[in-house]
Amino acid sequence: MAEMLYQRDIYGKTLVELGRQDKNVVVLDADLSSSTRTALFAKEFPERFFNFGIAEQNMMAAAAGLASCGKTVFVSTFAVFATGRAWDQVRNSIAYNNFQVKIVATHAGITVGPDGASHQAIADIALMRVIPTMKVVVPCDAPQTREAIISAYRHSGPFYIRLGRPKFPTVEGKGEFVLGKAQILRDGFDATIIACGIMVFEALVAADELLKKGIQVRVINMHTLRPLDTQAILEAASRTKGIVVCEEHSVIGGLASAVDEVVSQSSNPVRLLRIGLKERFGQSGEPADLMKEYHLTSADIVTAVLRVLER
Amino acid sequence: MIYPVNLNIKELEEKARRIRLLLLKMLTKAGSGHPGGSLSSTDLVTALFFNVLRHNPLDPQWPARDRFHMSKGHCCPLLYTVLAECGYFSCEKLMTLRQLGSMLQGHPDRRTPGVEVASGSLGQGLSVGLGMALASRLDKLDYRVYVLLGDGEIQEGNIWEAAMAASHFGCDNLCAILDYNGFQIDGKTCEVMNLEPVVEKWRAFGWYALEIDGHDMPKIISAYEEAKKVKGKPTIIIAHTVKGKGVSFMENVCDFHGRAPTPEELERAMKELS
Repeated sequence: MAEMLYQRDIYGKTLVELGRQDKNVVVLDADLSSSTRTALFAKEFPERFFNFGIAEQNMMAAAAGLASCGKTVFVSTFAVFATGRAWDQVRNSIAYNNFQVKIVATHAGITVGPDGASHQAIADIALMRVIPTMKVVVPCDAPQTREAIISAYRHSGPFYIRLGRPKFPTVEGKGEFVLGKAQILRDGFDATIIACGIMVFEALVAADELLKKGIQVRVINMHTLRPLDTQAILEAASRTKGIVVCEEHSVIGGLASAVDEVVSQSSNPVRLLRIGLKERFGQSGEPADLMKEYHLTSADIVTAVLRVLER
Repeated sequence: MIYPVNLNIKELEEKARRIRLLLLKMLTKAGSGHPGGSLSSTDLVTALFFNVLRHNPLDPQWPARDRFHMSKGHCCPLLYTVLAECGYFSCEKLMTLRQLGSMLQGHPDRRTPGVEVASGSLGQGLSVGLGMALASRLDKLDYRVYVLLGDGEIQEGNIWEAAMAASHFGCDNLCAILDYNGFQIDGKTCEVMNLEPVVEKWRAFGWYALEIDGHDMPKIISAYEEAKKVKGKPTIIIAHTVKGKGVSFMENVCDFHGRAPTPEELERAMKELS
């Protein structure tokens, strides 16, 4: 059994670690510090933590102001608000200035669960991916969250890091996180599954199932969506017979779109199928039930791989 | 040269006249841009850069500098002209406004020395200033932050989020300047979306608010001095101004919000300003 951990717990702890190392680290939140776990930082460094109340636009533009004065600013709230509510502030005040602002958004995707569609960010990757200077990272589990946060701290410019609400199963043996470098978790030449976030674990379960049927799939953890590892995608397109892209996000504008943008330009435009939300909002429910309802399970991935190999 | 240089009132007025002339030339050359609001806030910004702000054009990144952020970014012709007059770059550069590859973009951009943060999408600048004010406090560098707001701009909800937060955080190192000329693109502010009661709104949000004639140099200077003495809360200087101030046929004419003068109009304006 894989170890189950909250990405946000690790995020909070990593912030404290960075706060101890660097007095220029400042953290902002919009009344969700206990949920996002920035409260851990607030407790240790109250003078460097600012709660902006329920005012995400103000928080994002103020983050830009702080960064213009040399601060490394971590900004947190739920993904749906960080990207949707304050998109123009993120675009114009943070990203256009290429400031050292790291947006770490939690509660992304439908695994938010019972809170329902209003709180389930299903287009946040799309919204962030279209901003020219923005780097976009979707860690697959809690340990990778720590690596992604530290990487964002070390690299210059704005970041969007997408975290989930529930505990995520830890993916073993994935190796070191390198920004923009995909992780090949299983090798195979029949088909490729490219996934991010919680879908990486589902992809591995699907790969094991497929192996029982004698189908060897390559599984890629595409933790960084910008800059995208186009090499890994082109290789998958040339060496395997089809690609299935899996994300807890709309199939429009997210990882599948990003992969498709590369594949369609390649000399091997293989067949590509998408696992994700298909022009539907989410709804209330337990995360596991929602994953089934929206066809995001390992069984759905198995079906898709078999289809992509049909031809 | 380290600013402020404390010009006398006559010198400041002369500086403002020259700046108006230059920015109109620049706009005419560019063929587009925003003269109305640039002219209405010329006296306010001129006084600020020459007599109030601590800054050094030879070291634009001086950590202890006071910050100025033009939240109403469309009035950058004024900002660029003031920066050139202070010595951040040569006045010839002004004639490249809005051209491909120019460091003088149609709205402020950090590629211009002296521009702290890009602006142009209205309503965000007070928050940016708030962030700077918090950084000043964290770094104990004692710099002050000035943000120029347009009157139509305060129709944006983001402004009031920032207003609430700046008083909550007790940012007495933050000073907003409201260029209250009473016009926006579609007409008078009182007709498009009434702002009144303006002073009461800011006071209700916990700000120290003072009202002045935004073209009266002695009053402008004393307002900035008064703002420095306020403790525990941010200050807003609500400056009553005239859109297109200084050129008779532009004054209170909405059309000149976002239209550059023609060469003929420039000639008439130059006669009035000379």
